[in-house]
Amino acid sequence: MLKNEIQSILDSSREAGWVLEPDAKSLLQVAGLPVPRYGWAKDMEAVGTIASEIGYPVAAKVVSPAVVHKTEVQGVALEINSKEELQDFYRKMSLLPEFAGILIEEMLEGEELIVGATIDHQFGPIVLLGIGGTAVEIYKDVALRMAPLAPEDVSSMLQELKGGKLLSGYRGKEPINFSALTDTLLSFSDLLMRITPFIESIDLNPLLCNAQGCVVADARIMLVNQEENN
Amino acid sequence: MDLTPLFLPKSVVVIGVSSSNDRHPANVIFSKNLLRYPVRTYAVNPKGGVLHGEKVFPSISAVPEQVDLAVVVVRAEYVASVLQECIDAGVKSAIVISGGFSESGHDDLQAGLVDIAALHDFPFIGPNCLGLYSPGSVDTFFLPTERMVQPSQGDVAIVSQSGGILVDLLVKFADEGVGISSGISIGNKALIRERHLLEFLASDSRTRVIVFYIEGFAQNEGRDFVYIARDCGKPVIVIKAGKTSEGGRAVSSHTASLAGDYQVFTSVLKQHDIIEACNEHELVSYCEALSCYPDTRIDGRIGIITGSGGHGAMAVDACISNGLSVPGFSESVRQQLQEGFSKSIRSIAAVGNPVDLTGSALERDFVTAVETLNTISEVDCILLLLLPYLPGISSDLGASISQVCRRSGKPLVAYVPHVEKYRMLIEGFELNQVPVASSIESAVNMTRVLKRCRPC
Repeated sequence: MLKNEIQSILDSSREAGWVLEPDAKSLLQVAGLPVPRYGWAKDMEAVGTIASEIGYPVAAKVVSPAVVHKTEVQGVALEINSKEELQDFYRKMSLLPEFAGILIEEMLEGEELIVGATIDHQFGPIVLLGIGGTAVEIYKDVALRMAPLAPEDVSSMLQELKGGKLLSGYRGKEPINFSALTDTLLSFSDLLMRITPFIESIDLNPLLCNAQGCVVADARIMLVNQEENN
Repeated sequence: MDLTPLFLPKSVVVIGVSSSNDRHPANVIFSKNLLRYPVRTYAVNPKGGVLHGEKVFPSISAVPEQVDLAVVVVRAEYVASVLQECIDAGVKSAIVISGGFSESGHDDLQAGLVDIAALHDFPFIGPNCLGLYSPGSVDTFFLPTERMVQPSQGDVAIVSQSGGILVDLLVKFADEGVGISSGISIGNKALIRERHLLEFLASDSRTRVIVFYIEGFAQNEGRDFVYIARDCGKPVIVIKAGKTSEGGRAVSSHTASLAGDYQVFTSVLKQHDIIEACNEHELVSYCEALSCYPDTRIDGRIGIITGSGGHGAMAVDACISNGLSVPGFSESVRQQLQEGFSKSIRSIAAVGNPVDLTGSALERDFVTAVETLNTISEVDCILLLLLPYLPGISSDLGASISQVCRRSGKPLVAYVPHVEKYRMLIEGFELNQVPVASSIESAVNMTRVLKRCRPC
C-alpha cells in the first residue's frame, strides 16, 4: 500500500491541486527515484546554510502554490555561485504571490529526457519517455506505454525515440547509463500504479541522464480535481 | 455467459414479423434464415397468422421448442418484456436489432434490458445493431440477401461497433476473396462488449484471425481488452475511427499534451502485440495474409522474385519504406540460382535480390527460384511478383508454386493482377492457402504484417 509519507504529501497538496516541487522531490525520493541534493529555504537565513551544505554552484527555483510554470515568472536560476547572488534571487522571488521560499539544488549535467505519466480514459495509467527540455512539445519525440512497464517495454521505448542515438554515445559523448534509466522508469511505473487514483499527470522534465546515472531535475505532479468529492 | 447458441444456433425465432409489410426487417430476417440457412426458423407476432406458408406463433411460449437464438425486432419499449418472455420460455440467447435506446437518449430503457439479462445470465447482442452474419450458419442482417455482397466462408471474424462499416467491409473482403467465419455488429454493446466477443472468438475453432472496428472504449475497458488480446493466441487486428480530436484540451503538463487519446491508443496496441490497420485496404491485406499464416512471425528479410525489373524495383522501394529489408545474396546462392535456370534465361536473368527472371522465363524457372530462396538463410519471406501475360507461364503456376511452399516453412506472398482471365492462377494460390495481392503495395503490406506490430 501507499507509504505514509507519500499519502501525507498527497493529502497536504490537495488544496493547491498540485504538489509543490520540494514535496514532489521528497515523494519521489521515498518511491526510490533519484533526486538531486536539495534544500527548501523558507527564510533568508536558511539560504546560505543550505547552499554551503550542497556546495556551489547551485540551482534555485521559486516555491509557490500559485506558480505552476516557474520559467514564465523567471522563477528558475542556474549556476548560482555565491550566497549574495542567491539572497538576491530570494528577494526577487519573495514578491511573487503566495511565496513559500526557494528550492536550492546541486547543479547537474546530462542529456535532458522527459518521463511523464497521465491517466488515460480508455487504458488507465500511461508512462511517457521522450527527449526532454523546454522544446519537448515542438519535437514530440516521445514513446508511450501502458503501465505497469516491463523491462522490455523500456528498451522498446528507447528504440522508438528518434533522438535515441543521442543517448548512446553520439559524436564522442559517453553513452548514458541505460541500466539506471531502466531502473528509474520501472520505479516510476511502480509509483504510478500506487498513486493512480490521485493524479492527473506527472512531468519529470528534465530527467538528466549521463554516464553515471539519472536524476530528476524538475518534477511537476498535478492532482485530480477532487472538489466533487468534498 | 455461453455464446455458442448465439453463434451456432440450431433454431432461431424472429420476434416482431409483420403481417402487412414484407419488407419489414423482421420479415427479411425470417425469410432468409428460413430459406437459406440450416436453422429451424420460427416467426412470432401477437396476432398470429401465416407468413410465407409458415405458422406465425402468437408468443415465444407457443413455439414448440426451446430456441437457441431469438432475434428481437419490436419497438424499444417492448423489448424488455420480450426478453423476459424469452428467458421464461428457455431461449438461450438473443440479438436485439431494435433501436431507440442509449443512441437516442433512452439510457433507462437500455439499462432495463441489461438488468433482466444479467439477472438470468442471458447473453444478448445489441440493441441497435445488425447482429450476426455467419456464412453457411445464420444471418440476422435485415438486408435482403440479393442486395448483400457476401464473402465466402473463411476464418476471419469481424466485430464492429458500426453496422454500416461492417457491411462495407464484407464487400471488400468478398472482392479480395477473403473468407469470414462471422461478422458481428454489436451496436450499443449494452451487455456483450468487445472483450466478451474476443474471449469467445479466441476459443472458436472456425476463427483464426480476429478483427475489431473500434470507435472507442469505455473507461478502462481498453486495458482489459489489450490484455485479453495479447494472451489470446490468435492475431488481433484493430481498425480505429476517431483518431483526430477537435479543439485543444486545456492541459497543464507536457505529458498530458503529448499523450493524446489516439497516440496512447496506437502505442498501447503495439505494446501488446495487437496489429493496427490504418485503413480498409491494409485491413483486407492483413487479414488475407494472417489467415494463411496465423502463427508466422518473420524478421522481415524479403527475397523478391519477379519477371520484370520495374516490378522488382517498385517492390524494393515499398519494402524498404515499410521497414523490411531486401538483403543481397552470397556468391554461392547466385551460382545456385543461375545453374538452376533454363538455358534461355541463364545469361540474362538477374540473380541478385530481386531475382529478375525476365520476360523469357519459363514456368520451371519460377519454381526453381522459389525452391532456392526457400533453402537459404538470407531471407525469411518470399515476395513473388507474377506477370501472367508472360508467354512462358501457364495458369497452373499458382498451384505448382503453392505445393513448393507447403513443403517448406517460409511464407510466400504473391502479386497477380486481379482480373477475371487470371482467376485460375489466383485460385491456384488461394485455394492452397497462399495469399495473393492485387497490387505490389498490398503484397508488401501482406509481408509487413507477418512482422506484426507497427504503428500507423
